[in-house]
Amino acid sequence: MTIQKPNSFRSGPDERGHFGMFGGRFVAETLMPLILDLEKAYAEAKADPAFQREMNGYLKDYVGRPSPLYFAQRLTEHLGGAKIYLKREELNHTGSHKVNNVLGQIMVARRMGKQRIIAETGAGQHGVATATLCARFGLDCVVYMGAVDVARQEPNVIRMEMLGAKVVPVQSGTRTLKDAMNEALRDWVTNVHDTFYCIGTVAGPHPYPMMVRDFQSIIGVETRAQMQEAEGRLPDSLIACIGGGSNAMGLFHPFLDDPSVEIFGVEAAGHGLDKLHAASLTGGRPGVLHGNRTYLLMDADGQIQDAHSISAGLDYPGIGPEHSWLHETGRVTYLSATDEEALSAFQLLSRLEGIIPALESAHAIARVIDLAPKRPKDHLMVVNLSGRGDKDVPQVGDILKSRKTT
Amino acid sequence: MTNRIDTRLADLRKQGRAAFVTFLMAGDPDPATSLAIVEALPEAGADIIEIGMPFTDPMADGPAIQAAGLRALKGGMTLRKTLDLVRGFRAGDDHTPIVLMGYYNPIYIYGVETFLADAKAAGVDGLIIVDLPPEEDEELCLPAMAAGLNFIRLATPTTDDKRLPAVLANTSGFVYYVSITGITGAAAANAARVGEAVARIKRHTRLPVCVGFGIRTPDAARDIAGAADGAVVGTALVEALAKSLDAGSRATPATVKAVADLTASLAQGVRAAARAAG
Repeated sequence: MTIQKPNSFRSGPDERGHFGMFGGRFVAETLMPLILDLEKAYAEAKADPAFQREMNGYLKDYVGRPSPLYFAQRLTEHLGGAKIYLKREELNHTGSHKVNNVLGQIMVARRMGKQRIIAETGAGQHGVATATLCARFGLDCVVYMGAVDVARQEPNVIRMEMLGAKVVPVQSGTRTLKDAMNEALRDWVTNVHDTFYCIGTVAGPHPYPMMVRDFQSIIGVETRAQMQEAEGRLPDSLIACIGGGSNAMGLFHPFLDDPSVEIFGVEAAGHGLDKLHAASLTGGRPGVLHGNRTYLLMDADGQIQDAHSISAGLDYPGIGPEHSWLHETGRVTYLSATDEEALSAFQLLSRLEGIIPALESAHAIARVIDLAPKRPKDHLMVVNLSGRGDKDVPQVGDILKSRKTT
Repeated sequence: MTNRIDTRLADLRKQGRAAFVTFLMAGDPDPATSLAIVEALPEAGADIIEIGMPFTDPMADGPAIQAAGLRALKGGMTLRKTLDLVRGFRAGDDHTPIVLMGYYNPIYIYGVETFLADAKAAGVDGLIIVDLPPEEDEELCLPAMAAGLNFIRLATPTTDDKRLPAVLANTSGFVYYVSITGITGAAAANAARVGEAVARIKRHTRLPVCVGFGIRTPDAARDIAGAADGAVVGTALVEALAKSLDAGSRATPATVKAVADLTASLAQGVRAAARAAG
């Protein structure tokens, strides 16, 4: 298929939620009226200066933005190539980029008069951010989390419960992120009258992929200004990890129309691309799931396949539809990193920079390890450090300990 | 265009009674048992047969139908084999309408045009696709209608008067009114409220309105059949099937009979209804 290059990579989606052939609104009729209401409410909020002002206030004083753009000197020296900057999203309140989006959606939910918030979560970062803002605004919060993820991300489960959220372990299907999303959709279809579904990534039916991208774009907007201040010019390359792809989209979107900026997304290659993995663009093809058309891991009959990643936040057999489009148009290059590569990168960054990254973000660092040495020393590379690794410390600790003893 | 669905519903209207619509999952628990069950349904009193197309991620279904889909997939069911099932049924019954119900992805992957041609040739009469609202009509609804298949739309309690015309515009065969906001098998439908909703839909369309979700007993089937042109039962039949299986989820000699017996008693409920809708 030849894809025509658009005049701008930043103009999507169209009014029906399509990025090229991707996106759309593939949902049950019960949800359709609410999705249309949401689209309208979001458009009104976006155009309302008071909404923007209020959001900016919370972003500054509650989330702690802007997040720093930090020159990783020792990592740069160690790799001996590009000058590496880390966009420190892990310093946000709640420990990841997820809060940027949740704040925006909760404010839209409040405008719509919704009192009950539901969310799906993989690693628990989106769940924690949602539980946090529900506590702040006095809203009921129910978080669906695959039973497998409840076990491997226990610190986040405890946090959500402390914040007053109800965490529902999902036992259906593969008991990971996709099943949590199925269960959240089932809740939404049942409680549609009073419930707002706060989706954690740039996926789902229109307008979610656009709305979540807009709320996350602050990452790229700040990076542009901060790099200008630090180096007096644009970065030469951007790198971010991708599960659904919200941290990546937030960093990438403001740079999509700057052709000098190389952009790399890093999917989770799990045990390897020829084994169980979660790299939908590399190993999947277009299909329809969870409200949108996008690249999915599936079998010949269109049944969704199990994804695997060491990182619960990347363990999803799909990807946001705008990434599928950026992949097909060639604007963004999508790579992958295995569990092992992510584990090594996790340890490297911890020791060289004193920053323990989330296992998700460690996938991006893993590709920096090969890309940076091949670039000249004046090449400016920005890595989105989307989350901090505190939640992963028990899991990684167990893995490393078991290796020492065997 | 006259087809089996229109003919059957017109016949029942002449007889002055509502249709009894059954739902079971294709290939649950295995292809041979599934065919035997479907073949037993018309004699047990099913007027229209809905057959579920198994999918790994059935977002609008409750635990019973989720489990049925997973049993079928585990038994090797595919969309191609679902069409084989219909073809097998058609070899012995050319009158009972067959409606395939499920999610879009397996059809999209099969290829829309090929699927529609193969489904029509196998003897399928209509499609109900949960995750294709009118906003996505170009995907499958319009091609299906062009291929001579009914595209049956779901209307729900959230489909208000403003939206109903859009939902009904490209609907044919009948309108499937989902009596609750929720997933299959969750809550019981209230017959009085259903009657109001059916009347509301009928102000916008001349199509028959069948009602599903939440109907589990012959009494409930009777009440709903009194308020609509048809009553759909799925979860209760799927649960009866599940209960008849052995510890390894395999069919037993009691399986076909368990489903046929419940079908017969539900059909009696439907036939006992005082005809209200008209």
